[in-house]
Amino acid sequence: MGVKPDIIAEAGLQFFGRISASISHELKNVLAIINENAGLLEDLTLMADRGQPIDPARLKVMAATVQKQIRRGDGILKNMNRFAHSIDETVADVDLNQTFELFMALTERSRTMRGVEVDLQLPASPITIATAPFFLMNLLWLCLDFSLSAGGEDKRIDLVVEATENSVHIRFRRLSGLTEELFAAFLSEREKNLLAVLEASLAAKPESQEVAVRLSKNIKKGAKS
Amino acid sequence: MPAKVLIIDDEKDFLDIMAERLAARGMEVSTATSAEDAHKLILTESYDAVIMDLMMPEMDGFKALKLFKKTRPDIQIILLTANVPEEKCIEAIKLGAMDVIEKPADLNFLTQKIEEAKTLRRKQR
Repeated sequence: MGVKPDIIAEAGLQFFGRISASISHELKNVLAIINENAGLLEDLTLMADRGQPIDPARLKVMAATVQKQIRRGDGILKNMNRFAHSIDETVADVDLNQTFELFMALTERSRTMRGVEVDLQLPASPITIATAPFFLMNLLWLCLDFSLSAGGEDKRIDLVVEATENSVHIRFRRLSGLTEELFAAFLSEREKNLLAVLEASLAAKPESQEVAVRLSKNIKKGAKS
Repeated sequence: MPAKVLIIDDEKDFLDIMAERLAARGMEVSTATSAEDAHKLILTESYDAVIMDLMMPEMDGFKALKLFKKTRPDIQIILLTANVPEEKCIEAIKLGAMDVIEKPADLNFLTQKIEEAKTLRRKQR
C-alpha cells in the first residue's frame, strides 16, 4: 500500500505526546519527593532551633532518598533524550535489544497503571537491523496498548523477540482475551501505514493467544518518508 | 481534636515523608499505596480528609473518588497530583473533590486545605 504521510505524522505526534506526558508525570513525582525531603530538612532545622537535636541517622536516610530520586530523574531524562533522538534519522541501523530496553523503560508507567506485567524475552545475541526506530517504537506502543486490553485475568503478557535470517518476529503472547473481532477493530489505517513504512506485517492468532509482528531486517534507506 | 487524614499514593517514598511531615504538624495520619487498600480503611475509619493522587495503578483517581464519595458522602477529598489538565480538575471537582493541588506542593497550603476539610466535614456531621 502507499504510505499516507499525514496519518503517519499524526500517529507519531500522538505517540510522542503520550510518552512526553508520561515522562513529565514521572519527573514531577521525582521533584515532589525531593521537595518533601527539603521541607523535612527545614522542619528539622526549625526543631533544632527550639533545642531538639537532629538525628544524624535521619539525615543519612534523607540524603539517600534524594540521591535515589536524582538517579531516577537522571535515568528518565537519559531515556527521554534517546527517545527524542530516535527520530533524527528516519531509517537507521539499530540494536534491537537496546531499542526494546528503551521501549520498556518508556512504557513502564503505562504498564504499571494498567496493572499488567510484561515479560520481555530478547535473543541472547544482539540483533542489528536497518529500520525506522521511531516508527518501530510507535507500532510497538500501539501493539502493547492493544495487548494490555486483550490480556487475561493473570495480568501477565510475554513479549518475545526472535530473529530469522531475513526478518524479526515480535510476539505479544498470553492474550487470552484476543478475538478476531477485537483485532479487526484495532487494525486501523494508522497501524496499516506504520506497517507499510516498516515493511512489516501484523497478524493475530487467537487460538495461540498471540499477536505477531513480522519485521524486515533491512528496510531501504532513503526510500521512506 | 487533630485532623484525621488518609494519604493515598503509589510513590512509597512520597507517601512516607508526607505522612511524617503532617504527623509532625499534629495530624493523625494513615497511608495506603492503592485505592483498594484505602477503601478498606475508609469503610472502617472516619477521616476528615483524604489526600490522593489522581494517577494510580488499577483503580485510577476518578474511580476512587466516586467510590469514596459513595461510601462516605461527607468525606473531603483533596487531589494531590502531577500534571493535571484543567478539564480533569473541573471533572474532579464536579465529582465531589474538594480541591486539586499540583505536585510538588506547598505543605503550608496543603495543611490549610486539610484544616478547611476538617471544618467542612465536622459541620456536615
